[in-house]
Amino acid sequence: MGDLLNSGSATVLALIILGLAALGFALTRRRTVVSVQGDTRRLHSLPAYYGYNAAMLIAVPSLMVIAVWLLVQPVLVQNAVIELIPEEVVAEGSSVGLVMSDVRRVAEGLDSAVAQGAMTVQEAASLDAGATDVRAQLAEIGVALGADVQGPVLAAAQRYRTMTATGRLAMMVTALALALAGFAYAFSRTNADFRARNTVEAGIKALLILAASLAVLTTVGIVLSMLFESINFFRLHDWKDFFLGRSWAPNFRGDSDLSILPLLWGTLYISIIALAVAVPIGLFAAIYLSEYASSTVRSFAKPLLEILAGIPTIVYGLFALLTVGPFLVKIFGRGEDGLLGVDWMSGATSVLTAGLVMGIMLIPFVSSLSDDIINAVPQSLRDGSFGLGATHSETIRQVVLPAALPGIVGAVLLAASRAIGETMIVVLGAGAIARISGNPLEAMTTITTRIVSQLTGDTDFASPETLVAFALGLTLFVLTLGLNVLALYIVRKYREQYE
Amino acid sequence: MKDNVISEYDVTPLPIKIAARDVQVYYGDTHALKDVSVDIEDKTVTAFIGPSGCGKSTFLRCINRMNDTIDIARVTGDIRIDGEDIYDKRVDPVQLRAKVGMVFQKPNPFPKSIYDNVAYGPRIHGMARNKAELDDIVERALKRAALWNEVKDRLQAPGTGLSGGQQQRLCIARAVATEPEVLLMDEPCSALDPIATAQVEELIDELRENFSVVIVTHSMQQAARVSQKTAFFHLGHLVEFGDTDKIFTTPEDPRTESYITGRIG
Ligand SMILES: Nc1ncnc2c1ncn2[C@@H]1O[C@H](COP(=O)(O)OP(=O)(O)OP(=O)(O)O)[C@@H](O)[C@H]1O
Ligand SMILES: [Mg+2]
Repeated sequence: MGDLLNSGSATVLALIILGLAALGFALTRRRTVVSVQGDTRRLHSLPAYYGYNAAMLIAVPSLMVIAVWLLVQPVLVQNAVIELIPEEVVAEGSSVGLVMSDVRRVAEGLDSAVAQGAMTVQEAASLDAGATDVRAQLAEIGVALGADVQGPVLAAAQRYRTMTATGRLAMMVTALALALAGFAYAFSRTNADFRARNTVEAGIKALLILAASLAVLTTVGIVLSMLFESINFFRLHDWKDFFLGRSWAPNFRGDSDLSILPLLWGTLYISIIALAVAVPIGLFAAIYLSEYASSTVRSFAKPLLEILAGIPTIVYGLFALLTVGPFLVKIFGRGEDGLLGVDWMSGATSVLTAGLVMGIMLIPFVSSLSDDIINAVPQSLRDGSFGLGATHSETIRQVVLPAALPGIVGAVLLAASRAIGETMIVVLGAGAIARISGNPLEAMTTITTRIVSQLTGDTDFASPETLVAFALGLTLFVLTLGLNVLALYIVRKYREQYE
Repeated sequence: MKDNVISEYDVTPLPIKIAARDVQVYYGDTHALKDVSVDIEDKTVTAFIGPSGCGKSTFLRCINRMNDTIDIARVTGDIRIDGEDIYDKRVDPVQLRAKVGMVFQKPNPFPKSIYDNVAYGPRIHGMARNKAELDDIVERALKRAALWNEVKDRLQAPGTGLSGGQQQRLCIARAVATEPEVLLMDEPCSALDPIATAQVEELIDELRENFSVVIVTHSMQQAARVSQKTAFFHLGHLVEFGDTDKIFTTPEDPRTESYITGRIG
C-alpha cells in the first residue's frame, strides 16, 4: 500500500481498473449466455455487447475521476500549503513559485527517506527544523537541497506530504468504488431483454463527443489565454499606437513604439512574394503531374515533390541565409563587382530572399493540394469535353480548372495562412528591421520574428515590451482564421453554384 | 408509317459511313471486343443491343477514338469513316471528335451555365461569328433536344442544377450544337421519362435526315422504334447485324433470339 501511494500509484490504479473491466466483460458475457441456456438468439443483442456495456461502466467513470483528480489535487494542495508560509520567507526566497518548488523537493526527500527506511513515517512527520539539520539528513540519502530548510518550509512540506497522501488514498477509494459500483450495476442489469447494443452505441457516441469537445476546448483555452495576456498588454499600452502607429521600436527601459503596422507590412509583402512564386509553379506542376505525366514520371516526381514538403523550415532558413541571400546580393548588389553592376542590395537578408525561399517551401504544399483537387474532377467531364472535339489544354482551361477552382482557391488561401504564420525562414532570411517600404531588396521584419525576439532573452511578463508578443500572436491568429474562413466561404459558394 | 420508311430505305441503298473490320479492344489483359466487323450506313439510325458488359460502349468509343483517353485500352483493326482510316497516324483525334459527336451513358454537364454548356463546342470550333449567331445555335440545339421550353428563362443557371433527365437532354443539345456528321449516343434515354424519351426519339429520327446516328439501348422497343439497322453484341462478339425488322422478327442466331424474347417477354 505504501508503494502504491507513490508516484506510480495512478498507473497501477488504472491498470487495476482495466483489469476489473476485462473481468467484468468476461463475467457479464458469461452470465448473459448462461441466462438463456446458451441459446443466444433469445438475447436482444450479441453477447459481447453485454460485456462491452459492463466494461464501459466499470472503466470510463472511474478513469475519468482519476484524470480529473490528478489535475485538480495539486492545485488544491498547493493553495492549502501556501498559507503556512509567512510572507518574509517568500520575500527572501524571491517568489512564491520558488518557495513552493522548495516545499515539493523537501516533501519528495522525506518520501524517499521513508521509502529507503532512513526514517520512519512518524519521524518524517514530526521532524523539527530547529532541532535537526534536515538538509544534511536528506543529503545522506541522496536528495540535495539548495539551501538550509527553514521551519515554515519544512512544516509546509510535511503538510504537503500528508495532504497528498490523503488525497491519493481518497482518489483510489473513490475510483475503485465507482468501478465496483459500475460492475455491480452492469452485472445486475444484464438479462436477455436488456438492450445492450443500444446502450453501447450511446456510450460510444458519448466518448466521441468527449474527444471532440476536448479538442475544441483546447482551442478555446489557447485563444482565451492569448486574449487575457493581450488585454493586459492593452492596459499598459495605447491600442491606437499598436494598431495605427507607424513605427516599431521596442525599448526595454520602457516607453517603446509598439506598432503592428510595419510588421504586418513585412509579413504581407513577404507572403505575397512567396505566393507569387508558389502558386503558378505549384499549380502548373500539379496540372502536369495529374493531366499529362505518364504514370512512370508521376511515380517518381510526386514523391520527390513531397520530400520538398518534408524539409524542416529551419533548413529552408539556412538556405535563404547562406545561398539565396548571397546569390541575390551578387545580382543586385556589390556595385561594379555585381552581375548587374548596381548597388541596390547590401545584406543577404531581404524581403525578396525570404519571399523566394518561402515560395519554394510552399510549392509542394500548393501542388499536392491542387493535384488532389484536379484528380477529384470526374473523368466524365474530361470525356465530355474531348467528345466535343476539344484539345487537352482547352479541356483543362475550360472544364477542369473551373471545376477545380474552388478547391484551388482554398489551397491558395491555406498556403497564404502558412506563409503568414511561417517563422524560421523569416527569422533567418528577412532581417530584423521594421519598416514600411516598397523595395523588396531591403531587409524587413515580420510579426512572427518579432514575437520570437520579444520572448527570447530576459523577459518580464509585466512589461508591455513582452506582453506585446501576445497581442501580435492574437492578431496573427485572427488574420489566419479570417483567411481560412474566407477559403471555406469561397469553396462553399462555388459548391452551391455547381452541385 | 414506319413500314413506309423501311421500304423506302430498302429500295434506295445508302452509302457506307463507317466501315469497321476485325476490331479488337483490350483493356490490359481483358479482351473486351473480339473481331467486330460492321458497315454503318449514312443517314441511318443503327441500334446496338446486347446484355450489360458485352462491349457496346467500348465499340462506340472506338468510333470517335475516345478509347485513346484510357491508358490501358488498346485497339487494333481498321475503322474507316468516309473511307478514311481514323486510326491512321495523320488523323487528329481532336478533329475526328468534332465530326463524330458523342452523348455519354451518364449525363456529364460541365460546371457552367446551361448556355455555356451548349455553346462550348461551337465556341471551340469557331462556328459563330458573333453573339447573335451563337445565341441562334444554342437555341436551335436546345430546341432539337426538347429542352428549350424548360430552360429558356434560365440559360445562365448552372447546367448541373438540372434534373437527371434534363441534364441528359442538355448533353444531347451540347453534342448536336457542333453539327457532327455522326452522332454516337450511349443509352441517351436511360434517365428520361416517357415524354422526354419520345421527344429524343423524334430528335433522332430528325437527325437521320442529315447524320448517321448510332444508339446504344437496353430497350428493345426503343431499338425497334427508332432504328433501321440493329447490331446484337454478346460477350465481345458482334453476333448478328441486319435490318431491325428482320432482327426482331426472324433472327438467325439462337443467342439473338433468346436475348430478344427474354427481354420482350
Ligand atoms: N475503362 C475500362 N477499364 C477496364 N475494363 C473496362 C473498361 N471499360 C469497360 N471495360 C470492360 O469491357 C467490357 C465491356 O464494357 P462496356 O462498357 O463496353 O459494356 P456495355 O456493353 O456498354 O455494358 P452496359 O450495357 O452495362 O453499359 C466489360 O467487361 C468491362 O468490364
Ligand atoms: Mg455501356
